[in-house]
Amino acid sequence: MEKVKTIEEIEEIRTKKRAELDLRVNLKANTVEKHILVCRGTGCTSSKSPKIIENFRKIIEEKGIKNVRVIQTGCFGLCAKGPIVIIRPEDVFYAHVKPEDCEEIINTHIVEGKLVERLLCKDIDGTLVKRLDELNFYKKQQRIALKNCGIIDPEVIDEYIAFDGYKALEKVLTSMTKEQVIEEISNSGLRGRGGAGFPTGKKWSFTAMANADQKYVVCNADEGDPGAFMDRSILEGDPHSVLEAMTIAGYAIGASQGYIYVRAEYPIAVQRLRVAIKQAREYGLLGDNILGTGFKFDIDIRLGAGAFVCGEETALLESIEGRRGQPRLKPPYPANSGLFGKPTLINNVETYANVTRIIINGANWYSSIGTETSKGTKVFALGGNVNNVGLVEVPMGTTLREIVFDIGGGIPNGRKFKAAQTGGPSGGCIPEEHLDTPIDYESLSKIGSMMGSGGLIVMDETKCMVDIARFYLDFTVSESCGKCTPCRIGTKRMLEILERMCEGKAKPGDIEKLEKLANSIKKSAVCGLGQTAPNPVLSTLKYFRNEYEEHVMNGKCPAGYCKALCNLKIQPDKCKGCGLCKRNCPVNAISGEVKQPHVIDTSKCIKCGTCVDKCPFKAIVRG
Amino acid sequence: MINLTIDGKQVQVKENTTILEAARQNGIDIPTLCFLKGINMAGDCRMCIVEIEGRKGFATSCIQVAEEGMVVRTNSPEILEARKTILDLILSNHHIDCLTCVRGGNCELQQLAKKLNIREIEYEGEKLEHEIDDKSPAIVRDFNKCVLCRRCVATCKKVQNVGAIDCTSRGFTSTISTTYDCSLNDVDCTFCGQCIQSCPTGALREKEYINEVWDKINDGDSYVVVQTAPAVRVALGEEFGMKIGTNVKGKMVTALKQLGFDKVFDTNTGADFTIMEEANEFIERLTNGGVLPMITSCSPGWVRFAEKNYPELLDHLSTCKSPHQMFGAIVKSYFAKKYDIDPKKIVMVSVMPCIAKKYEASREEMEVDGLRDVDYVLTTRELARMIRQANIDFENLEDSNFDDPMGEATGAGAIFGTTGGVMEAALRTAADTLEGKDLKDIEYKEIRGEKGIKEATLNIAGKEVKIAVASSLANARKIMDKIKDGKCDYHFIEIMACPGGCVMGGGQPIKDSKTRATVDVRKLRANSLYSIDEKSVIRKSHENPALKQIYKEFFGKAGSHVAHKYLHTSYSKKEKYEI
Ligand SMILES: Cc1cc2nc3c(=O)[nH]c(=O)nc-3n(C[C@H](O)[C@H](O)[C@H](O)COP(=O)(O)O)c2cc1C
Ligand code: SF4
Ligand code: SF4
Ligand code: SF4
Ligand code: SF4
Ligand code: SF4
Ligand code: SF4
Ligand code: FES
Ligand code: FES
Repeated sequence: MEKVKTIEEIEEIRTKKRAELDLRVNLKANTVEKHILVCRGTGCTSSKSPKIIENFRKIIEEKGIKNVRVIQTGCFGLCAKGPIVIIRPEDVFYAHVKPEDCEEIINTHIVEGKLVERLLCKDIDGTLVKRLDELNFYKKQQRIALKNCGIIDPEVIDEYIAFDGYKALEKVLTSMTKEQVIEEISNSGLRGRGGAGFPTGKKWSFTAMANADQKYVVCNADEGDPGAFMDRSILEGDPHSVLEAMTIAGYAIGASQGYIYVRAEYPIAVQRLRVAIKQAREYGLLGDNILGTGFKFDIDIRLGAGAFVCGEETALLESIEGRRGQPRLKPPYPANSGLFGKPTLINNVETYANVTRIIINGANWYSSIGTETSKGTKVFALGGNVNNVGLVEVPMGTTLREIVFDIGGGIPNGRKFKAAQTGGPSGGCIPEEHLDTPIDYESLSKIGSMMGSGGLIVMDETKCMVDIARFYLDFTVSESCGKCTPCRIGTKRMLEILERMCEGKAKPGDIEKLEKLANSIKKSAVCGLGQTAPNPVLSTLKYFRNEYEEHVMNGKCPAGYCKALCNLKIQPDKCKGCGLCKRNCPVNAISGEVKQPHVIDTSKCIKCGTCVDKCPFKAIVRG
Repeated sequence: MINLTIDGKQVQVKENTTILEAARQNGIDIPTLCFLKGINMAGDCRMCIVEIEGRKGFATSCIQVAEEGMVVRTNSPEILEARKTILDLILSNHHIDCLTCVRGGNCELQQLAKKLNIREIEYEGEKLEHEIDDKSPAIVRDFNKCVLCRRCVATCKKVQNVGAIDCTSRGFTSTISTTYDCSLNDVDCTFCGQCIQSCPTGALREKEYINEVWDKINDGDSYVVVQTAPAVRVALGEEFGMKIGTNVKGKMVTALKQLGFDKVFDTNTGADFTIMEEANEFIERLTNGGVLPMITSCSPGWVRFAEKNYPELLDHLSTCKSPHQMFGAIVKSYFAKKYDIDPKKIVMVSVMPCIAKKYEASREEMEVDGLRDVDYVLTTRELARMIRQANIDFENLEDSNFDDPMGEATGAGAIFGTTGGVMEAALRTAADTLEGKDLKDIEYKEIRGEKGIKEATLNIAGKEVKIAVASSLANARKIMDKIKDGKCDYHFIEIMACPGGCVMGGGQPIKDSKTRATVDVRKLRANSLYSIDEKSVIRKSHENPALKQIYKEFFGKAGSHVAHKYLHTSYSKKEKYEI
């Protein structure tokens, strides 16, 4: 084992490294060096960013170029434009880079000092964007949890240290009592980012107060919400921030062992965590005598098999203990009887990622951000029918409209906004009329949705709300652990009713039945999964009841989405008789003479919608 | 003490009382389904939900402990509606055919449907279809009737520490299953039948041999002999609405005769034989340096458990057959010869409190000269069904006595039916033999009672004899692990697979969860056996006159060559899983 580094030695690394890395954050850095940052988040990695890094390094070496380093980073957030390459200090941002583009970037950008215009990104309004911070996507964001993502190499602990890494731990261990740490967290107003929004300081204090010879700190990195990848990005881009926060939590509650429960489907995150833990141990930032202060804390990784319910804290504990991932009944809460029956603190990845900032900048700074009841920022995985798909971090209180239209760049294809879904399968659909709601825990649940872990799916006018509810119920039904009756059978029955509706087989009274069952499950299921499973149904019933009624009473899908309830029709006045639809129809259901209006034989048509997409004159409609 | 309000009533309960218990203690009943006191407290079914003022969502009354000042409502319209919805959901996935279901009339689900006044199933939808597993000779599993309360799983795991069954799959398709979904016959199940006792529905049941027995009674050619185990007589009455533990021996014998059995014998006499052989075997081992501790072998659930889990320790088991097997062998040999009946025509039926005995009777080893010791094993419940089928008004029957020549058994034979009884009976004979006198002090109170493991050190003929009595397989495992680790200095151990012994056997009348929570069924039935013993004139097996006669005429003495041929058996390693 290496010698434990002292506070002075860490500070030395910090000063030296910070100067070296100034160009990462300072446009006017006084240096001849250039850093080519290549995203190695899951998105960009799967579109070949490792190859890009390899190519850059090869070319640089072949050409003998000096003062240029190629750095892997975590996710920049704009994954839909990946693979992303950023060159600092000038902060030029290239999108959709292919391994073949490396040569040109080196030649044009590095050697000649000119921009590779074809790789620049266009903003929604069509303007060419040169720098990352010019992009509307970033303008309203404020990065706290994602602070280091895209700036540092997550596999190099010195880079983390350079940007105030482990400074919070140092501060806590040398100048704060446990009580002071908990008070700081409480005063910051930080609330759990894993879904329920429980005040983090309170949770720490409950766990601290529990009497036991052994306590545990657990990080919930299960992130099973479909479409969410906030936690993954944090772990991939800044793993040490979570390790450091867990160590601080260990000090505050009196634990010496931590576990990170991360899903096995996140191989990059797992690997980065492994590297980070190893490096932290080598530096004595984890282990028996942290920073020479005598404080002892270590962290191990536990892999989850990917069941959504294993993200529920007690099911997660069962799973760590080696049993079937099934929720326990609460009380007792983990703070009193958690892992192996010992008091256990469980927080979400993003919750932890805020901790070091709070310690360094103070509770007052943190609580100045956000709304009355919800402080700080929240990371959202923005997806669906929105122009800028990606990861965004905004102060609490930002309105949905700002996120969807300013940051997200609005709805593509000139379509209209219909609803935004937050909170994943536990959340609800928010209609246009509530777009100006400032996002925080309370306001979201007031309008029938919830913060959840941070999924935010935008839906345009072509989406059927009954089908959306069906989609989410389908997810919960397949993820129900089967422990309790309301969820095991009840959600299945809800799904069956929704399926009937989408297939045009609903019976009068089905809406009322559905609603009654939903309300009953909400109150009687054992865990959060079942208790929140009806939310997508209840919220769509609340705002889009007429769509349900159309399905049930009139056998119609107003959005023209449910295949069984709509026919495709060619509008004769719009059809120019080009024949494109006829050629593309997979079942030869379309006939017509050239330059004459075509017709669809509904008895043959399988409603695949190919013709709708192919028609250059938008002559084909569903209805 | 804790003060709380339930349905507007101020009540006071002890600390750590659940809301359910608190309510029941105060005359308020809350319906339950998955709850089984001390065994299954998982809060799965949600039948028992209540409202607690100031709390979001419903609370689980079977688990939630009453707290000072709590205000609880068990019957608000909303709660009643929610419970109805939950039951509706369970029924929507249930193959409802009460009329032909073995549990019709004694089913907790059926009771709930009645109590909640279910008139139609509101949320009808897909029903899971399960194949019925009836491969084993003892247990039938029909998961089309399963409500997934997991009471069986908890019983098998916690009470028996076997873990043959568990919940597999997830969500709607969750099922109780075995390793690789095999038949119960092919896994580590011991056929103890305790899961059947715990099951609120007809999903788990014994394999019925009623029709086979009727056929034999009616075929005009067979000589059908029936024997009844000690524990049957103190439980059968419950099936006819009599008090738990009522001794209905006389009525039972009359009923059996009316059913048409050619002879009605008492397994207690078989038990006396077992004691003779077992006490003799014990003395042999003790005095000649045989393998000790010696462990009783009259509980086939336990024997199967040992064969599957401790094959290396099988020589600790007594080689004695269980009483009904011994008795069957005697009937087909001594009795047949003496009364000149063709033994091939004798059909031996055992009425037992036990599920595992159905399996035991089918074991290869259980025959002599090509004659099966026992042909059919019926449970106490099956006997009750036959009595009902034959339109017998059980409660108003006159008493009658078991047939000669196997006649009346001893008090020692009677207490076989409860934990500690075999040991006590064996000690009465062994002590007399070792001391060489007729001891007067014959009640071994230290090994009576409900404790799972009871130990005592006795002084017999100047020798210190350490004994232990264990009931339930979880306790059996504790003892066996001790033996395995060489940390066991007992000389003689009694093990029964069922917690409390045969009075609580898997074939006994099934008690619902509420009865089990509020009445000590084991004690009532066991006390009834002890009082039979107390009232018996002869209380030591070796003094049974019929037995003495048979030894004289047929076996010679205990442990003789002839006795070994008919009354002893052997054991062999059984694979845990036959996959
Ligand atoms: C079905 C279900 C799934 C959950 N999944 C996650 C998850 O993936 N990640 C997470 O941090 N919390 C998840 N939670 C919430 C956790 O139970 C728990 O509240 C959280 O980890 C606490 O951390 P926090 O206070 O920092 O939010 C889930 C809850 C439920 C009911
Ligand atoms: S609500 Fe669903 S996931 Fe949660 S315990 Fe019940 S069955 Fe399992
Ligand atoms: S593609 Fe459109 S315009 Fe062309 S024939 Fe078909 S409907 Fe008419
Ligand atoms: S298990 Fe109960 S409810 Fe189901 S069919 Fe049998 S008796 Fe009826
Ligand atoms: S019969 Fe006994 S061992 Fe077999 S599954 Fe049931 S409880 Fe378990
Ligand atoms: S088999 Fe019986 S005891 Fe087991 S879960 Fe099903 S209903 Fe419950
Ligand atoms: S204890 Fe009795 S009822 Fe239970 S398995 Fe053994 S013999 Fe059968
Ligand atoms: S993964 Fe590269 S920007 Fe998100
Ligand atoms: S949850 Fe209490 S009886 Fe099932």
